[in-house]
Amino acid sequence: MNEIVTPQSLGLSREDLPNSYIGRSVPRPNARKLVEGRATYTDDVDLPRLVHAAFYRSPHAHARIVSIDTSAALKLPGVVRVFTGADLARVCDPWVAVLAHLKGMKSAPQYPLPLERATWQGEAVVAVVAESRAAAEDGVAALAVEFEPLPAQVDMETALSPGAVVIHPELGDNLVFTRTAETGDVAGAIAAAHKVVEATFHTGRHTGVTLEPRSIIADYNRADGTLTVHHSTQAPHMMQNVFATQLRLAESDVRVICKDVGGSYGIKVHVYPDEMAVACMSRIMGRPVKFIADRFEAFGSDIHARDHRIKGRLAVDAEGRFLAFDIDDLTGIGPYSVYPRTSAVEGNQVVNLCGGPYSFPNYRCTTTVVLQNKAPTCQYRAVGHPIATAVTEGLVDLAAEALGMDPVEIRRKNLIPDDAYPCTSPAGMKFEGLSHHQSLAKLLEMVPVDKIRADQLEQRKRGVYRGLGFASFIELTNPSPFMYGIGGAKISAQDGCTVRMDPDGSVVAMSGVTEQGQGTEAILAQIVAHGVGVPVSKVRIVTGDTRTVPYGGGTWACRGAGIGGEAALQSAIALKEQILEVAGAMLQAQGSSLDIVMGEIVDKATGQARMPLSELGRIVYYRGDTLPKELSRELVQTRHFITKEYPFAFTNGIQASWLEVDVETGMVKLLEHWCVEDCGRVINPLLVDEQVRGGIVQGIGGALYEHCIYNEDGQLLTTTLADYLVPMAAEMPDMHVGHVETPTKESLLGAKGAGEAGTAGAPAAIMNAINDALKPLGAKVFAQPFTPERILKALGTIA
Amino acid sequence: MTTRIDVTLTVNGERVSRSVDTRLHLVDFLRSELGLAGAHTGCEHGVCGACTVRLDGEPVRGCLVMAASLDGAVVETIEGLSDSGEIRDLQEAFVARNACQCGYCTPGMLVTAADILTASPQATREEIREHISGNYCRCTGYQAIVDAVEDVLKARAAKREAA
Repeated sequence: MNEIVTPQSLGLSREDLPNSYIGRSVPRPNARKLVEGRATYTDDVDLPRLVHAAFYRSPHAHARIVSIDTSAALKLPGVVRVFTGADLARVCDPWVAVLAHLKGMKSAPQYPLPLERATWQGEAVVAVVAESRAAAEDGVAALAVEFEPLPAQVDMETALSPGAVVIHPELGDNLVFTRTAETGDVAGAIAAAHKVVEATFHTGRHTGVTLEPRSIIADYNRADGTLTVHHSTQAPHMMQNVFATQLRLAESDVRVICKDVGGSYGIKVHVYPDEMAVACMSRIMGRPVKFIADRFEAFGSDIHARDHRIKGRLAVDAEGRFLAFDIDDLTGIGPYSVYPRTSAVEGNQVVNLCGGPYSFPNYRCTTTVVLQNKAPTCQYRAVGHPIATAVTEGLVDLAAEALGMDPVEIRRKNLIPDDAYPCTSPAGMKFEGLSHHQSLAKLLEMVPVDKIRADQLEQRKRGVYRGLGFASFIELTNPSPFMYGIGGAKISAQDGCTVRMDPDGSVVAMSGVTEQGQGTEAILAQIVAHGVGVPVSKVRIVTGDTRTVPYGGGTWACRGAGIGGEAALQSAIALKEQILEVAGAMLQAQGSSLDIVMGEIVDKATGQARMPLSELGRIVYYRGDTLPKELSRELVQTRHFITKEYPFAFTNGIQASWLEVDVETGMVKLLEHWCVEDCGRVINPLLVDEQVRGGIVQGIGGALYEHCIYNEDGQLLTTTLADYLVPMAAEMPDMHVGHVETPTKESLLGAKGAGEAGTAGAPAAIMNAINDALKPLGAKVFAQPFTPERILKALGTIA
Repeated sequence: MTTRIDVTLTVNGERVSRSVDTRLHLVDFLRSELGLAGAHTGCEHGVCGACTVRLDGEPVRGCLVMAASLDGAVVETIEGLSDSGEIRDLQEAFVARNACQCGYCTPGMLVTAADILTASPQATREEIREHISGNYCRCTGYQAIVDAVEDVLKARAAKREAA
C-alpha cells in the first residue's frame, strides 16, 4: 500500500516527473467557464412549458392552519395552479428522519407542505405555480390563509420541562435523542484532581448562506413516466432514491442532473420539504416546475446549525496532565429531524469529538437533542467539530491559566504522541495515524510567538489589547457506512469511477462524487492523468448525472478526494493495464515492458516512444480486424472504493489566531491567522490551501458575526444579508497554511479530507485569542458569536 | 397591475429593444429577456454584489437598477467583458490563484475588481480588500482574490513602466 510514485518519493522536483500530477498545483480545468460567466447553475436551465413556484410561508412559529382561500390568487394573470399540503400528500408519502443506530431516536412524519399545523416561522404552507416567479409571488400575496396561533416552544433549555409545549403530541415529549459516552471514572478523577476548570459555552445558531440559493427544476414526463430533476445538490444519487421512494416511482425512472453548484457547505445535502413539493407539483402537472429560493426564504428554510449550549469541565493534575473531560451538550434542532441524515448527528459528533486531540483516561459526554419551533437544523460544514473544538480548547486554556502554564506547553504535554497509533480515543474513535506534535512543531515554525508576545506586552502598556489563541483539532473524513448506512439511510459511502479512452487518445472519467467549487473535477483529472499516463489536458471529467456516472454518495464529510479519488485512481490504473495489453499485441512486446508517458506508449526500460495513444485508439476503434481475435480491448474500466479498516479517516491540525480587541467598542480586529493541517496525501496544494482558507473564514463567521436571532415568539429577526452578517473582504486577515502529510494506508492514493479543517478549528482559536487579549482585564467570553455587545458585557462596560 | 415601458439600450455592444415590466430589475432583465446568465442573483437587495454589472462605465448592482430606467444606457456584463478581452489578464489571474471556487460571485467580483484596475492602479492589499468589500464570496475567504487582483495591478504597472 501507498507505494505510489510521486516526485518526492523519487527525490525529484515536481517538474522532473511529467506523468506525476499528484501533489501539483494544477489550475482547475473548469475554472475558466466560471470567470467568463459561462457556468450552468440550475436557474440558468430553461425548459419548454416551464412554470415557476413560490411559497406562502408561515408567519407564525406554531399555528393551526384553519383555512386556505385560493380564489383571489387563481384569478390573477399568469397564475396556473395553487397546491395545499393535502393536494401534495396524494402523490407523496411522508418521511421520518431517524437512524436505527442512534438508539431511541424519534421524530415526526414530515410532508412536503404541512397538513394541519405550521411548526416554524418560514415553513412553506401553500404553493403557487405561475408563468413567472413574479406572477407566482403575486399569487402568494393574494392567498388568504387563516391561522390559529398556538403557543410556541422556542427556548431549548425549557423544551423538556413539565410546562413545555410538546410540538408533536404523538411523540410524547420534545426529546429527539440523547446519548452518553462514558469511559473510566470521571467523578473519581474530578474529586482527586489538582484543579478542575469549568465553563458554559454557547455556539450561535447560524447557517450556510450559499450565494446560489437552493435551486431545483422537477420535470415529470407523463409520456415515459420519468422524473428528471435539475438540482443544486451535493448528493444526486441520494436524491434520486428520495424522490423515487417518496413519490412512489421506480428508482430507475428518476434522473437527477446537477451541473454547476453555487456553494453548498452541507446546506445542499438535505431533503427540503419545499423542494419535495416542487417534485410533487411536476408529478401532478406533467410539466417542469422551477423553484429558486430567494434570500429571505433561504434564511427561514435552509437548514441552520450549531445551536448548542455546552457545559464543560476539565480535571488536571499538578503537572498539567489531563485527567478527565466531563461535558454536557444541549441542542435545539427545530420541529423536525431533517431527512435522511437526521438532526441528531451534530450532537452525536460533539460526543464523539470532545477531547479528541488529547490523551487522557476518563471521559463523560452527554448530548441531549430537543425539538423547538425554529427552523430545522442539520449538518453544516464541519458538523459538530467547531463546537467540540471550542469546548475542548476553551477548557484547555482555562486549565493552562489555572496552572500558570503556557498554552503551547499544556498542549504539547497532552496531545496524543505521534508514535501512539493506531489507537482509540476515550470517546471510542479509532485513529489510524495522526501528527499532532509534528503539526504543532510546524505551526511554531510559522507563528513568530516570541515576537508576538513581546508586541503584546508593549501594546498593553499603550492600552491596546492583543491576543494569541491556539486550537488543536481532529476532523472526521472518508466516512464508511458506519456514518449513515448502518442506520438504514440509503446514503452511499462507497463511490465509483468509470474511465475510458476514446479514439483520439483522450480520456473521459465519470465519477459519483460531485463538484461545488472545491475542485473535485480538477483533482479527479489529475489523478486519472497520473494513473493512465496522459497530460491532464487530455482528461475530461463528468459528474452530477445519475443516469451516466457510477453510483456514489456525492460530496459530504470530506469524502471526495479520499473515496472518489481512490476509485478514480484504481479505474485509471486498470485502464492503463488494458491499454498496455493492447499495445503489447500491436507492438509484439510484453505489456509489462511498456509504459504510458504523457499520452505515448513507451518502452519502460529506455523511455523510447513507440506509439501515440491516438494510434492505438485508431486501431482499436476502426481497425479492430487487425488485432488478435482473442485480445480483449475494452478501453473502459470501472472501479469502486469503500474504506474497510476504519469507520472514518481522521485528520488533525492546529490553528492560531492573532487579533486585537478594541476594549472601548468591543470590536475584534483579526490580524493574522495560521493553520497547519494533515489531510494525508495532498493532491493539489493550491486547492487544499484554498479549502482551508475558505473553511477558516466560515469558522470566523460563526465566531464573530453570523447568528440566526429569534425573538421569544419564535420570529426570525435576521432575514436579510443586511441583518445576518457574513465575513467580508476588509475584515478578513491573511491566512498562512502549512501541511504535514500522513497518508492513510487504506488506499493507494492516501488522501483524507481537507474541506472542513478550517471551520473546525477557527472559532476555538479566535475565542482563545480574545480571552488572551482580555486576560489583563479579567474578562472572558464563551458565547459565540463574540459580538461587541457580548465583549463589552464581559468587560462590565455595559449591563 | 403591471405596466410596461419600451426601452432601447446597448448591451455588450449590441442594440436591444424591449418592452419591459416596470418592476423588472436589471439583473432579471439580462437573465430572462436577453439570456445573459453570467450575472447572478444572490440577495436582491443590493448587499451581496453577485449581480454587479457595468452601467455607463460604472459598476452597479443589477438588482437595484430598474430595467425601465435604461433607455439609452450602455450596459456591459461579464459576457461582454470576456468577449472584448478587457479583463483577460484578471480572469487568468483568478484561474491561476484559484480565486474562484463555486464561481457564483465571480462575475460580479470581476466587474468590481476591473474597476480597481482602472480607478486605483496603485491600490494596496488593504485598499483592494476595501474595494471588494461589497462583493460577498462565501468560498474563498477572499485572500486568493486579493492575491489575484494584486498580481494584475503589479503586472499592469510593470507593463506601463516598460512602455
